[in-house]
Amino acid sequence: MGHVLLDPYYQGSSLIHRLDARLKVLGTLAFVLAATSTPPAAWPAFVLLALLALTAIHLAGLPFGQVLKRSAVVLPFAGMVALSLPFHGVGRPLWSWQPFGLELSVTDEGLRLFVSVLAKSWLAVLVSGLLVATTTVPDLLAALRALRVPALLTSTIAFMLRYLHVLVEEATRMLTARQARSAGSGRTIAWRARVLGGMIGSLFVRSYERSERIYAAMLARGYAGPAGQARSLQPLAWQTRDSWAALAWCLALAGIALLAYTIS
Amino acid sequence: MTLEPLVDIQDLAFHYPDGRQALAGVSLRVYPGEKVAVVGPNGAGKSTLFLHLNGTLRPRGGGNGNGRVRVAGLEIDDRTLRAVRSRVGMVFQDPDDQLFSPTVFEDVAFGPLHMDLPEDEVRRRVARALAAVGMEGHQQQVPHHLSLGERKRVTLATVLAMDPTFLVLDEPSAGLDPRARRSLIDLLRHLPQTMLVASHDMRLVWDLCPRTVILDAGRLVADGPTTELLQDAELMERHGLECP
Repeated sequence: MGHVLLDPYYQGSSLIHRLDARLKVLGTLAFVLAATSTPPAAWPAFVLLALLALTAIHLAGLPFGQVLKRSAVVLPFAGMVALSLPFHGVGRPLWSWQPFGLELSVTDEGLRLFVSVLAKSWLAVLVSGLLVATTTVPDLLAALRALRVPALLTSTIAFMLRYLHVLVEEATRMLTARQARSAGSGRTIAWRARVLGGMIGSLFVRSYERSERIYAAMLARGYAGPAGQARSLQPLAWQTRDSWAALAWCLALAGIALLAYTIS
Repeated sequence: MTLEPLVDIQDLAFHYPDGRQALAGVSLRVYPGEKVAVVGPNGAGKSTLFLHLNGTLRPRGGGNGNGRVRVAGLEIDDRTLRAVRSRVGMVFQDPDDQLFSPTVFEDVAFGPLHMDLPEDEVRRRVARALAAVGMEGHQQQVPHHLSLGERKRVTLATVLAMDPTFLVLDEPSAGLDPRARRSLIDLLRHLPQTMLVASHDMRLVWDLCPRTVILDAGRLVADGPTTELLQDAELMERHGLECP
């Protein structure tokens, strides 16, 4: 799990890998928009969207099992958020019961909404997973910069991804040191919590000190505040195949959206 | 010597806001082409001294110290800061502090980009700097996939790309295995830049720097040929050091 979070990129040289990162970011965004704006219970549209995403994943040569497992991570979260939907009262009741004098009933309309929300969330995470699995972090950042995402945001993402590894290494060393000195088990939960709290605190202090050293290193090489940061070299180059891929993707999404609105 | 000194430090004193006296009147001149080692126990003031060489810390301003620092004939103030920083290449001890960009290429390009150089010149300098440290072909790698020795080399490239006349190195060999250390020393010996090197690695000092100064408790207590100083067992012992 840890390494997936840290390094979601999946080495490959497929067409999808080689597409321009700007196209992939915009394409992902378009897909998420199409999925979220599909009317609830437009099942054929959801199936087609899933097929479209899975086709792209197949083209990228990603292992299906892993991709599905990773994308399923969203379901508990989406489920929690959407938990009240089946009970929202509109539609024909399917089950009813009265705990503590409350009238609770699951309606068919509510259930449809619930499943639609889960499907939309899952589709959105599926294509986002495709994006980060086929685009390297530097390319992704270059694409965000090219799409005029504010420099403050892109550099925050860049620093976070760069120093996540350093932070994880530090945390691992501290865990090892703790294990080395707490041989006997049978300590209380309170003791464990106190040790963990101390570790988190010292990780924070270390990160703060490191940030000062990084800033000094940036200044030493001529950094002059975020305004001066705007300049970076553009490593991305738009190719003819990117235009074709963009066209195909847009047509597929438009077709599915049209279908979704005609059937609902 | 009638040569102009490249670095001219006079009576530099500095204390931190908490009152700790880090430097208590240091005077040091480094002439073009010299490779000078700064040795001394932990807390002697080496890092504080180094941070003055590119204006990260300043003797005036804040009232935390006094004295004078001139680099390449320039007194360090707000107007000369950028010029000074492009002449002084500062390599920090922990490469993870210095390599803050997503890729090796972007990191080495950071300095030249902030010197407002045109794009093809930036690319040329990145290629040249990486070739100088033997790291060509690693441009698109991410820093955390490199070994410590490789990261040290890249940090050197990040400052070489700025074409500095003066290199300031803080513990360049710390944490390296013998082979990586050996090849780093060879690399540094062949660089033409004037250098100031802080180190506890006395064999590096012996091999790299003909001249050594000893810093202890914020004062320069010795300055002379490395071969003499490092063989003076009594002097070395007195300042918490040992002979190689």
